[in-house]
Amino acid sequence: MKRHSVFAVVREALRQNRGWPKHWESPAPRASYDTVIVGAGGHGLATAYYLGRNHGITDVAVIDKGWLGGGNTGRNTTIIRSNYLQDASAAIYEKSRALYETLSQELNFNLMFSPRGVMMLAQTEHERRGYLRTERANALQGVETRFIDAAEVRRLAPIINIDGPRYPVLGALWQPRGGTARHDAVAWGYARACSDMGMHVIQNCAVTGIRSEAGRVTGIATERGEIACRRLGLVVAGHSGVLAGMAGFRLPVESVALQALVSEPVKPCLDVVIMANTVHGYISQSDKGEMVIGGGADGYNNYTQRGSFHHIEETVRALIETFPMLSRLRMLRQWGGIVDMTGDRSPILSKTPLEGCFVNCGWGTGGFKAIPGSGWAMAELMARGSSPLAEGFSLNRFREGRFIDESVAAGVAH
Amino acid sequence: MLILTCPHCGVAAEETEFAPGGQAHLQRHGPGSSDDAFEAYMFLRDNPRGVHFERWRHAYGCGKWFIAARCTVTLEVFATYPAQCLEPPPEAVAAIRARRPDWQPAGGDAASGKEPA
Repeated sequence: MKRHSVFAVVREALRQNRGWPKHWESPAPRASYDTVIVGAGGHGLATAYYLGRNHGITDVAVIDKGWLGGGNTGRNTTIIRSNYLQDASAAIYEKSRALYETLSQELNFNLMFSPRGVMMLAQTEHERRGYLRTERANALQGVETRFIDAAEVRRLAPIINIDGPRYPVLGALWQPRGGTARHDAVAWGYARACSDMGMHVIQNCAVTGIRSEAGRVTGIATERGEIACRRLGLVVAGHSGVLAGMAGFRLPVESVALQALVSEPVKPCLDVVIMANTVHGYISQSDKGEMVIGGGADGYNNYTQRGSFHHIEETVRALIETFPMLSRLRMLRQWGGIVDMTGDRSPILSKTPLEGCFVNCGWGTGGFKAIPGSGWAMAELMARGSSPLAEGFSLNRFREGRFIDESVAAGVAH
Repeated sequence: MLILTCPHCGVAAEETEFAPGGQAHLQRHGPGSSDDAFEAYMFLRDNPRGVHFERWRHAYGCGKWFIAARCTVTLEVFATYPAQCLEPPPEAVAAIRARRPDWQPAGGDAASGKEPA
């Protein structure tokens, strides 16, 4: 693999960029691998990467029915933060955020990680108290956050209408090392590193069945033939229920559409990420100048990757009260991703009733930020059979009543 | 945008007039049932990519609960019927079969009333 560097950029500039190599190979699938990961999104590729990097397992194939990072990895609002209330969540999201800090250097691929700071606005007294509690919890967990007052919110984000009539800003939970990253690049960077380790990244190859013998996974059936494997990881977000059905078990997961939209590009006016959970919208400005806006999820099962219009209408209606300047912006694009929601709104990283088959799903509306940490924990779980980071997120927690109740703790937006 | 017809009052309206209530035909399990049955009732869901049975309430209309059989991929609504039905009525099954000849009831609680295999 040719390494990227400033010298490579200069060299290629001098020869009309004709010397850039392919970032990853597109091999035909072999008949057998030690480990197969289904789903070449961020989480699946990160799992494969850390299987190789941390555990020396490189006989791995990552298989996807579509193109690389073409699902939710390419459809999110790219927010990275770790200011969660519960210990199990804070541990895995903070691990993830910390990995993002140096991931560009590690992968030798520019992920454009921008720790510009994330603030979660407190717009009701209840929310203010909730965030004060989260601030204390984060201090104990070693996650750097602090509660800032309305004056500091105004200083950091001058375009906010602090004294809005319905939802005045009372303060905010501020995580200075949160931020954004280039979402496609995360998938590309991991895929490049996986391919470099000799792993196979196989695109446009849908899985049609899961093979097992005596309660143990033996392989998968795909559009391009049978593939045997000893270990199988299902990392397919919204389609987890479909794959679980092939493997013969059910999941506490329902798939709904979550929407986002971007405006026309404007001059720089917002250099932090702002989440307004009371009005249910979040916003940041991309490097191209577009305002990136995320909204709410539909209330019913949906695989359409569109979502209902009234949800974005509600999001935008609420956001323009807090950001009056948005009212003059035209919106360029709107899209939806299929997110997998669990009963307690926390993810599942777990062994399954089928031996040798592991599942990583349920990241719901907040998976992008978790990609490196999720891959780290999933790789450890698959290689060793247990992982301290994944421990609280097992499938058993539902029947045992050990919920990780973040939907109550952190508000609706993840 | 879904358009649903309330089987109680006969009004056809956009989804904003209704409130979704999750998977229909769940078999209720309470005290005295096995942990497996309770977990299945409380948490496990079919989540099919295709035909799905779902509870809805006509929140901004007559206020009554009903069940919609619809496709989660195309958002096509095959039939709606009162929530008192313990399983899909024959007309609803016929309407689904007319549009999805290959359809099989899901493996779990929904529609079939059987425990997962």
